[in-house]
Amino acid sequence: MSLAELICPSGTPAALRTAVDAGADAVYCGFQDATNARNFPGLNFTPDELEASVAYAHAKGTKVLLALNTYPPAGKVDLWRQAADTGARLGVDAFIVADMGVAHYIARTYPAVRLHLSVQAAASSPEAIRYYCENFGIKRVVLPRILTIPEIRQIRKEIPCEIETFIFGNHGLMVEGRCSLTNYLTGQSTNMDGVCSPASDVEYTRQADGSMSSQLAGFTIDCFGPDEKAGYPTICKGRYTAPHRPDGYYAFEEPISLNLSRLLPDLIDAGVHAFKIEGRQRSKSYVRGVVSAFRAAIDDIRAGRQANIANLVALTEGQKQTQGAFETKKWR
Amino acid sequence: MAVREMTKLTLGPIAYHWSADARRDFYARIADEAPVDEVYLGEVICSKRAPFHEADLPATIDRLERGGKRVILSTLAEVMLKRERKATEDLAAMDTPEIEINNAAGLFARGKRPHRIGPFMNAYNEATIAWMAGQGATHVCLPSEMPAPAVAVATRAARDLGLRVEVQVFGRASLAVSARCYHARAHNRTKDNCQFVCEQDLDGMPLRTRDDRPILRVNGIQTQSESYIDLLPESPRLIADGVTHLRLMPQAVDMVSVASVFRDALDDRLGVGDAEVSLRDLCANVPFSNGFYHGQAGYQRIAMSAPA
Amino acid sequence: MSIGADINPHAPRPGNAVVSRLACALVQPILSRVVRKIAARHPSLFARLGPHQRTDFLIDPVELPFALHLQPDPQALIFRAVPRDAAPPAGATIRGRFMLLLELVDSEEDGDAAFFSRDLEVSGDTEAVVRLRNALDDVDGSIAEETAGMFGPVGRAILARLRRAYPNHSEGPDPR
Repeated sequence: MSLAELICPSGTPAALRTAVDAGADAVYCGFQDATNARNFPGLNFTPDELEASVAYAHAKGTKVLLALNTYPPAGKVDLWRQAADTGARLGVDAFIVADMGVAHYIARTYPAVRLHLSVQAAASSPEAIRYYCENFGIKRVVLPRILTIPEIRQIRKEIPCEIETFIFGNHGLMVEGRCSLTNYLTGQSTNMDGVCSPASDVEYTRQADGSMSSQLAGFTIDCFGPDEKAGYPTICKGRYTAPHRPDGYYAFEEPISLNLSRLLPDLIDAGVHAFKIEGRQRSKSYVRGVVSAFRAAIDDIRAGRQANIANLVALTEGQKQTQGAFETKKWR
Repeated sequence: MAVREMTKLTLGPIAYHWSADARRDFYARIADEAPVDEVYLGEVICSKRAPFHEADLPATIDRLERGGKRVILSTLAEVMLKRERKATEDLAAMDTPEIEINNAAGLFARGKRPHRIGPFMNAYNEATIAWMAGQGATHVCLPSEMPAPAVAVATRAARDLGLRVEVQVFGRASLAVSARCYHARAHNRTKDNCQFVCEQDLDGMPLRTRDDRPILRVNGIQTQSESYIDLLPESPRLIADGVTHLRLMPQAVDMVSVASVFRDALDDRLGVGDAEVSLRDLCANVPFSNGFYHGQAGYQRIAMSAPA
Repeated sequence: MSIGADINPHAPRPGNAVVSRLACALVQPILSRVVRKIAARHPSLFARLGPHQRTDFLIDPVELPFALHLQPDPQALIFRAVPRDAAPPAGATIRGRFMLLLELVDSEEDGDAAFFSRDLEVSGDTEAVVRLRNALDDVDGSIAEETAGMFGPVGRAILARLRRAYPNHSEGPDPR
């Protein structure tokens, strides 16, 4: 059986301490710039904050994974190299990378530091994963949220590295690292700037009848009736019309959370080494609640006890949740 | 524009599910009439579509080569299923024609044998391009969301390493790919039971905002821009920066005429202003955009200042 | 329990002009003291606000007779009670039930969830609000408890009573 490490989000130093205290085996975080895919306002770490956070985590036996998982545009590669240099100096336990140039730099310069392949690299086949393993010494791949458990089991047999999968949080739909939707509407790129539906371009407009619309850069991403729950205007979660769908429908997916708690034992059995909780942009209360619940469940499973799945399911109680592609390929 | 006989015009792979008949007719005309130098063939978006036109591939290659075009085969952008892995491996094993790789699975299969890097490979910077060059890449197509300064730096680096550099200058931009089929979803089907509804939309299925503004196009698992990228006015700058190949993506318009307009503009038989008017006429109401190149929102159309 | 319906900006607000001004005058010394202390204890909060240290935030607890004006500039900190009819033009407005706002400050409630549900209404500069939220979320412990603590047992008793008076809110989905 795999170790089933719990990998937890840390958007701020306080969230990092919360995750560590709640039982994370590892936390992942990024700097306050384009070098990571959650380059959101007010989020992330200065080098000084990371230094103190690494000390805090290491004192409690928790690993720190640094996300350098965006794609440097030509002419700006130094920012990513410097981020790697800083991370190595501060003693992070692994870098999470997507760009081949960045991976090559770290593999060559810091061969002793582990490299994890970010979901942003979109490696979804044994061959793609092996390409990164053989060329950059990748030790772990974060799989895209598009594979079924039998597919994951099969991949495990064919690759020389560990597997990390998402188990909880925002349900990304597009192949990560291949999405320019935000850049198309806002001029800020997910791949190059680490930005997705930036708050600076978000606007909510309330109509006299109590209905509300959410806009991104002036484009209406959705409209909500007076009693309907409003959503953040993420392009792939909006409602649009199409020739066959005159009434407005979720063209890509309903707003829904990924919750694989029921599949946890199966995923461990399939050989998944580490479980990732999404949500560096979420609050401490989210981190505390979700990390503690999954910690307890994984400990139960490791000890051969029946895990209290109900607690995990309750984390998204009252909301729509999905097991996405993991359960059935009908999702596709 | 100054004489650019060195600059090649290419025709990218058809992104849509055009019928076998439509493809045959299309490529016959391209072979005979279109002033393009190179043509990319092969299914890049959906592996389920491939059987519909695979059988015609040898004849199409032959037809295009007889028309004086160089043919390159493009691999799938998404490789996950067994058939997709097999298709990628088979293409990577070929000696001729050249291949353009769009997924790391293809790079793995190809090893250090020569190949082209497709637009889905995220060759954003000089470090990555240098890595790829060391692995046998001879040619790189840059991601279409790259802004001009990055294009210039990447191009210079690639050219210094002996690589040719390609940029998409016409057609809808690929904005996202997914494991899920959004064409099937629009028709309340799943990808495995899609019944190929995507064949109804020769230029992608239009999505409009709920206040009725055109925004995106759905093409199976791919999401595209509503606008056509048009970098005809920017082409002199691309060429000056060292770009060797300008890519036209096949849209449901008269592509022979589109290619002719670009060729005439490149060869100075047509001024940029007149070329733009012709292009506008050929593309009916479709909006044109160049925002990505100018570092603005991709859908935007930034007016070029008149050349000095 | 849904509390979304009554945060409509067109709905009447409590407090006529006289009551509102009187209430403002009463709470102002407390607010000034609280905000100075919090700022002194949590200097890192301001760095996360970045360019929005100069933004005027209007925090509008719908059931109180006044709104709160915040300009989180460490050099010239403003946190004052203002009658709604005399509120300054705001860069960003956050409107909701007082207890929910308090929970957000403390990250008891998941702000993301409430922000984009109807329980809380955000208007104006969304980035400013997201920055403020992320800055507050990086504060360890409870600002509400800290505040209550400044006023000794009486303060803590008031906070406890406030908390009992409001039902717990459940978390919503992640929009961001």
